[in-house]
Amino acid sequence: MIALAATQLTIGTRLRGVDAAFAPGRITAICGPNGAGKSTLLAALAGLLPPDSGQVLLSGEDVTTMHPRSRARAIGYLPQDGEVAWDVAVRSLVALGRMPHGDTAAEPVERTIATLDLETLAGRPISKLSGGEKARALLARVLAGEPQWLLADEPFAALDIGHQLTLLRHLRRIADEGVGVVMVLHDLGLAMNHADEVIVLDKGRLAASGSPAEALSAPIIEQVWGVTATWIGEPSGRALVTR
Amino acid sequence: MTRPVPILLVLIALALPLSLLAGRVWLDFAETPNAAIILGELRLPRSLLALVIGAGLGAAGAAMQGYLRNPLADPGLFGIAPMAALGAVASFWFGYSASAWLLPLFALVGAGAGMALLALIAGRTGGIALFTLAGLMIASLAGTLTSLAISMAPNAFAMSEIVTWLMGALTDRSWREVWIAAPLTAAGIGCLLMTGRGLDALTLGDAAARSMGMRPGIVQAWLIAGVGLTVGSGVAVAGIVGFVGLIVPHLVRPFTDRRPSQLILPSALAGALLVLVADSTVRILPLVTELRLGIALSLIGAPFFLWLLLRMRRGLA
Repeated sequence: MIALAATQLTIGTRLRGVDAAFAPGRITAICGPNGAGKSTLLAALAGLLPPDSGQVLLSGEDVTTMHPRSRARAIGYLPQDGEVAWDVAVRSLVALGRMPHGDTAAEPVERTIATLDLETLAGRPISKLSGGEKARALLARVLAGEPQWLLADEPFAALDIGHQLTLLRHLRRIADEGVGVVMVLHDLGLAMNHADEVIVLDKGRLAASGSPAEALSAPIIEQVWGVTATWIGEPSGRALVTR
Repeated sequence: MTRPVPILLVLIALALPLSLLAGRVWLDFAETPNAAIILGELRLPRSLLALVIGAGLGAAGAAMQGYLRNPLADPGLFGIAPMAALGAVASFWFGYSASAWLLPLFALVGAGAGMALLALIAGRTGGIALFTLAGLMIASLAGTLTSLAISMAPNAFAMSEIVTWLMGALTDRSWREVWIAAPLTAAGIGCLLMTGRGLDALTLGDAAARSMGMRPGIVQAWLIAGVGLTVGSGVAVAGIVGFVGLIVPHLVRPFTDRRPSQLILPSALAGALLVLVADSTVRILPLVTELRLGIALSLIGAPFFLWLLLRMRRGLA
């Protein structure tokens, strides 16, 4: 089994000795207040930030010393900023995802376009897409590379609730196909209702990890975010009420 | 093969014969005395040199804009062209410019020094911000030293020679300049084409590009070598010819799928065409002295740049 794990990961003062393990086929949410080190952890898992100490292992191999192209084939990374410098068409953007494989194979590109319901938009320039469509196109770029791991930094930021749920459905389908999905999430409700595992960071340290109900319990929310809150509703559709 | 390439090749094939005939004297093989010599020794090398220099500047501009993810980037801004010019100015200053080979050699040494400085300062991290700042500082230093050389020129003749040369022109160039610039420019365009995939990845930002296996240091090394060879050899044989690298990628981009890799070759061809047409035009303008090519292109380029800024401002508003 291909596993991704961080051991005693330390990067400046942003991450201080974090241990975390991720399982394929599961959706893991990384939560925490602003400045907790969530994006730093995600970038380090993607092999983009060399740690000061500790390491990130992918199937036992250190991600920072892997060949960049083999690492890129295994780990797809979706940054938060959603930058697309040139106004390329959706199909060209998605085809960029094949770069780690050194090909422009049409089949995975078209399949990914179909999976994310982008067929009617494939020829359209990025600037002519709505925020939700652009987010889907950017996700399709990562998935066209057929990675075993998808690391996404706040993929739902700036998306309305309808587009959030569409994207979540796609992520669940990808996870069901065996891809390990790790994402930074600000919205604790989304993490509680849609993640399989949750990791909570606070000031660069691991504050909690486990099932959403364990890691996002009211005492942990109070301890980490300094907010008194209660979860209400059914187990699969809970909402956080703050006081 | 990208879409604009065949069209540009046809346009060049049409423009080249016209450019060979055009000039203060329109060549008529039946009537013009020494028409064959004018064609073979003056017009042909000059037109080929225009194609070579334009191709280098166009390709360098396309790669530079792709690398910096900025449509306002020009290869002249980043130190290599000003360093090449400084090298050439040094050859005038020391009185070596009379030797046919020493002027381009000095300019190439200047370009090489610019490349080395840029690689030394920015190369270790491969970071774009450091690259830009280092390039701007090198350009500023080279510009200052060039001004110093002009102000302290040993005599009025040297000063006039430097100032005129800096304006950029293809007047009185021969096959020698073609043999210097053509192989270096070809090698430079080859280096720039090597950056294509990396530049495509950079479309999605630095972090995404690195996550896709792009190695920033390697892309930057090919870019510095490519810009150094194309721009350096261009300055070495023709002086400063600005704005080509800025304008051409803009004109070509709408006809490509806008990926930086698909822009390099068409920009080389469009740059070649632009400089060929511009140089032919300055030859036939009815002026007492020939308008310098560098000035002519700046006269077109500066308003174009302003129009670009206004359009971008409207887009941002």
